[in-house]
Amino acid sequence: MANRETFQRPNRLLALYAVAFAIFLYLPILFIPMFSFNAGVYVRFPLEGFTFGWYADLARRQTLHHAFYNSLQVGAVVAIVSTILAVPAAKAISRYRLPGKGPIVGFIMLPLVVPGLIFGVALLSLLNRIGVTLSLVTVAIGHIVICLPFAIATLLPRFEGYNGSMEEASADLGENAWWTFWRVTFPTIRPGVLASLLLTFTISFDEFILAFFLSGTEATLPMYIWSQLRFPQDFPSLLALATLILIFSFVLVFASLRLSGFGQSDKKGGAK
Amino acid sequence: MIHVQNVSKSFGRVIAIRDVSLTINQGEFFSLLGASGSGKTTLLRMIAGFEAVSSGRIVIDGQPMEDVPPHRRPINMVFQSYAIFPHMNVRDNIAYGLRRLAIPRDRQNAMVDEMLDLIALPGYGDRRATQLSGGQMQRVALARALILKPKVLLLDEPLGALDKQLREQMQLELRSLQQKLGITFVLVTHDQEEALTLSDRIAVMANGAVLQVDTPSALYDNPGNRRIASFIGNMNFFDATIHRTGAAAEIEIEGLGRVFLNGKDAGRRDGTPALVAMRPESFVLFGEKPAPATASVQGTLQARQYLGGRQMLYVDIKGRSAPVAVASNTVRGQDALSIKQGSPVWLTWNHDAMVVLDCE
Repeated sequence: MANRETFQRPNRLLALYAVAFAIFLYLPILFIPMFSFNAGVYVRFPLEGFTFGWYADLARRQTLHHAFYNSLQVGAVVAIVSTILAVPAAKAISRYRLPGKGPIVGFIMLPLVVPGLIFGVALLSLLNRIGVTLSLVTVAIGHIVICLPFAIATLLPRFEGYNGSMEEASADLGENAWWTFWRVTFPTIRPGVLASLLLTFTISFDEFILAFFLSGTEATLPMYIWSQLRFPQDFPSLLALATLILIFSFVLVFASLRLSGFGQSDKKGGAK
Repeated sequence: MIHVQNVSKSFGRVIAIRDVSLTINQGEFFSLLGASGSGKTTLLRMIAGFEAVSSGRIVIDGQPMEDVPPHRRPINMVFQSYAIFPHMNVRDNIAYGLRRLAIPRDRQNAMVDEMLDLIALPGYGDRRATQLSGGQMQRVALARALILKPKVLLLDEPLGALDKQLREQMQLELRSLQQKLGITFVLVTHDQEEALTLSDRIAVMANGAVLQVDTPSALYDNPGNRRIASFIGNMNFFDATIHRTGAAAEIEIEGLGRVFLNGKDAGRRDGTPALVAMRPESFVLFGEKPAPATASVQGTLQARQYLGGRQMLYVDIKGRSAPVAVASNTVRGQDALSIKQGSPVWLTWNHDAMVVLDCE
């Protein structure tokens, strides 16, 4: 009995640690929305009154709109292409007995750990060598490479969570590989596909280093933000923009985690 | 109907099937019986087309199957895991194979309803597949395969995941379904009782080879070797030696004494060792010494295994280390339960039920 109480008593130290952790993680981020509503130009206390002015200012910036539109385009293409490429890869990894599977998977996941700076330089010199003009297309190519591991990692649990004999059953009932994919495989992995689309879009949308190296004359949103940091009077507007991006990214990431079944693994395998 | 001709299969260096040949007839309930790793599932998957044969060939309905992919074979399969599509309701699951046949929607619905009646789940069409119990999934898997009117239905351990009562009920249903439809059924199972109950013929498999193909009663009464004999039902094995005097052959059975050999066993050579196999129900057990006219062996009741409706009695006899298992329904003269452990009993046996096997 005494033992049980020891376990159930709230652990003060652990609670303190958790609070400190949350503060460390989110306090800097909380400053962004706070100062985006501050009437003064400079980021300092005391706050100088509440305003929506900086948000209104965003609406008037043509170059910002253009960069935003570029980022949307790149993000959409990157999300779709990397997810399409990841589906067969994830299926092959989870389903077939491949010789040298471990090293292959490690190789595919490599872009996760290669520093973006090095990867950007490498890709830039390669594209220069083969004479490709830098544009949003080259940005998208770079983003697809870094997004692929994320897309595969998101889709893998979906493929591993379901029973391969369902595809055999479909073949047995007379459907060829194409129809089997659309009638059985895709509906089963659909939540994973949506999660992968959202996640890869978010990564591409926020990515700066590769875009900086590979974009030529067209700016993406992160590059626009970088270019505006030189003008102190514009800084509060950037904070307003950052706040909007934060909210947008949070929503997307939460949605993708929900869809990919993060933290609810006990629901898996209901058909077994 | 199905001809398996000298088929072998290897996975890398592992040989899963060794030179198997067998013929499955039209309208037959055929079982592949074996322990896990015996190659029975691999053989079934080769018939279905999910595994390629390494050598030999499979002919279904007169057509060689080498280059025919699974979705073009005139067979359907019920999977061990059922493989019910979880994102569809029962109706869409059963109608899955009809899309390709371009059957109008209302005709499809009528066909599905007919199937739901056949599997005794009428009105279940709109249930989600994930709401079904194991037994219901099993039936839906059957209906989904049968709606395509296959020439052959393959069943891979279809009842393995069900509890005992449901399994026995499904066995009866499967058997009557097969007889009603007249479709060839090929069943894979490790459960010898299931194979004996359901099948017209059984192929006993071990280590990738077919040991014997026969009817259930022939396998039970005349197993070809010790492995088959011990795999199917309970069996007592006795070491034995052949003794010849002129034209007559006798066999000396450990603990039971000498008896004459006749029929096909009469030609065995003098002095050769043999193995005698006898079912527990081939003995007759007496609680008191039978009339002197009956040759009997005295022993001691060593243990009793109570199995509900019947019992297994274990009798120690002189000259044999292991006790002899005797079925209680052969006890004469008194109730099997009234014989006390440790008390003397007398055994006689039916000489015709004795199976003489070669020593291995």
